[in-house]
Amino acid sequence: MDYEEAKDLVVAGLTKKLKNKSKFYFNDLAKLIGEKPRAAKKYVNQMVVEGVLEYWSSGSTSMYGLCGTGKQAGAEHEE
Amino acid sequence: MAKHETPMLDQLETGPWPSFVSDLKQEAASRAKNENNIEYQIPQDVVEDLIGIMELSYEHGRTHWKHGGIVGVFGYGGGVIGRYCDQPEKFPGVAHFHTMRVSQPAGKFYTTKYLESICELWERRGSGVTNMHGSTGDIIFLGTTTPQLEEVFYELTHNLNQDLGGSGSNLRTPSDCIGQARCEYACFDTQALCHDLTNEYQDELHRPAFPYKFKFKFDGCPNCCVASIARADLSFIGTWRDDIRIDQEAVQAYIGGEIMPNANAHSGRDWGAFDIEKEVIGLCPTNCMWMDGKELKIDNRECTRCMHCINVMPRALRIGNDRGCSILAGAKAPILDGAQMGSLIVPFIKVEEPYDEIKEKVIEPIWDWWMEEGKNRERLGELMKRQGFQRLLEATGFDPDPRMVQEPRTNPYIFWKEDEVPGGFERDINEFRKYHQR
Ligand code: SF4
Ligand code: SF4
Repeated sequence: MDYEEAKDLVVAGLTKKLKNKSKFYFNDLAKLIGEKPRAAKKYVNQMVVEGVLEYWSSGSTSMYGLCGTGKQAGAEHEE
Repeated sequence: MAKHETPMLDQLETGPWPSFVSDLKQEAASRAKNENNIEYQIPQDVVEDLIGIMELSYEHGRTHWKHGGIVGVFGYGGGVIGRYCDQPEKFPGVAHFHTMRVSQPAGKFYTTKYLESICELWERRGSGVTNMHGSTGDIIFLGTTTPQLEEVFYELTHNLNQDLGGSGSNLRTPSDCIGQARCEYACFDTQALCHDLTNEYQDELHRPAFPYKFKFKFDGCPNCCVASIARADLSFIGTWRDDIRIDQEAVQAYIGGEIMPNANAHSGRDWGAFDIEKEVIGLCPTNCMWMDGKELKIDNRECTRCMHCINVMPRALRIGNDRGCSILAGAKAPILDGAQMGSLIVPFIKVEEPYDEIKEKVIEPIWDWWMEEGKNRERLGELMKRQGFQRLLEATGFDPDPRMVQEPRTNPYIFWKEDEVPGGFERDINEFRKYHQR
């Protein structure tokens, strides 16, 4: 799979679920991409660099979301 | 005059111990005075507001910090923990109060110049409040605003040659005991291994793709000064394969009272004359020591390397010469599901650069297994419990070893897999009928 394909899968998958949640575990992304975690990680890293995804962290757990969709965006006075 | 009244926090200062409240007040006063003319990049009264919101939390019996956040420095998924308060009008100084984790050097060796530089940086671009060190081992910078994050990161990496540490579902900043730099008990160079793995696994440290946090800790000997056995997903604990070296003359010097036991650590009180039977031989957990006339004997095959005798008589007893480490997996000290100690997975391995065996045969197979099978927020130790130690052995390819057994089994069933049984589960009915009637 190439990067663009992986990106389309992730963006489509996350957009579909946006109504219910905005933050996802790494494993959710790996499943959408359909690759083993190590291979999926390369695509996910790239999506972060390109600003497609952003990290959310509680300090102990990390999650991912489509850029600007998390409710924390509001907390940061971005909305 | 303090900005906020804090009767409950003030009360905390009356106890016998040094108080973090006094420290915070001192920092607040120093920022208010600003004798060094620092150009503060975040509110000057941040610490006043921190004290204020803490008092409010004590009053309400609940926290006023929100949970987590989307902050970080570009390309890093760890090292910054977003903290926002839910009373920003009342306490504007701590509206943003993000934590930054700074990767501590192996063994926590600092020069005063380095410490001064990071304090100066944090005074200027943060609250000036630090935690040396957090339980993971990092230097913790407590409290700054979102726009300062990249600035702090830039200065750390460009001027101080310093990286951020791990947080979230990442490899956490590896941490080690002081090791061979100062300690004669160290069975391997903890700092070298800690530093090497930190560099090797940068991607795992900064870009989260694990189910949950993952910690490496390195102890040079079983004294476990960084408590790796109790809290690291992979603990590396120094040990030796040959015999404890005994200096019989020094043993006699301890018995005769010429050398004080425990390097004189208990001299504050008179405990009476040193009694080797009572204080060393009788306390050996495996009963593998005895006196043969004037000679101290040890049955090294039975010794579990508990370190007790060596700690009491360091000049008479020394670690062996054939050294390496044991690796244990799955310890954790979390709130959910209770604490768990590490389980032995590698009884002995030589610790030699470039550490390929440790990386390729232990660390990476374990990660592959956990990344694929681990549930979200499941630590390695929990996966080991859920799927069984046997799965860990399969994932790593290690043979079972009696030393991995912690206690007699409590489950009376033995489950065989088809490939473990000669001939498999299919039987030849004609062969069977030769011995058993219908
Ligand atoms: S763990 Fe052992 S080697 Fe390391 S500092 Fe402590 S006593 Fe020394
Ligand atoms: S290290 Fe512990 S187990 Fe080994 S001989 Fe000394 S006291 Fe006994």
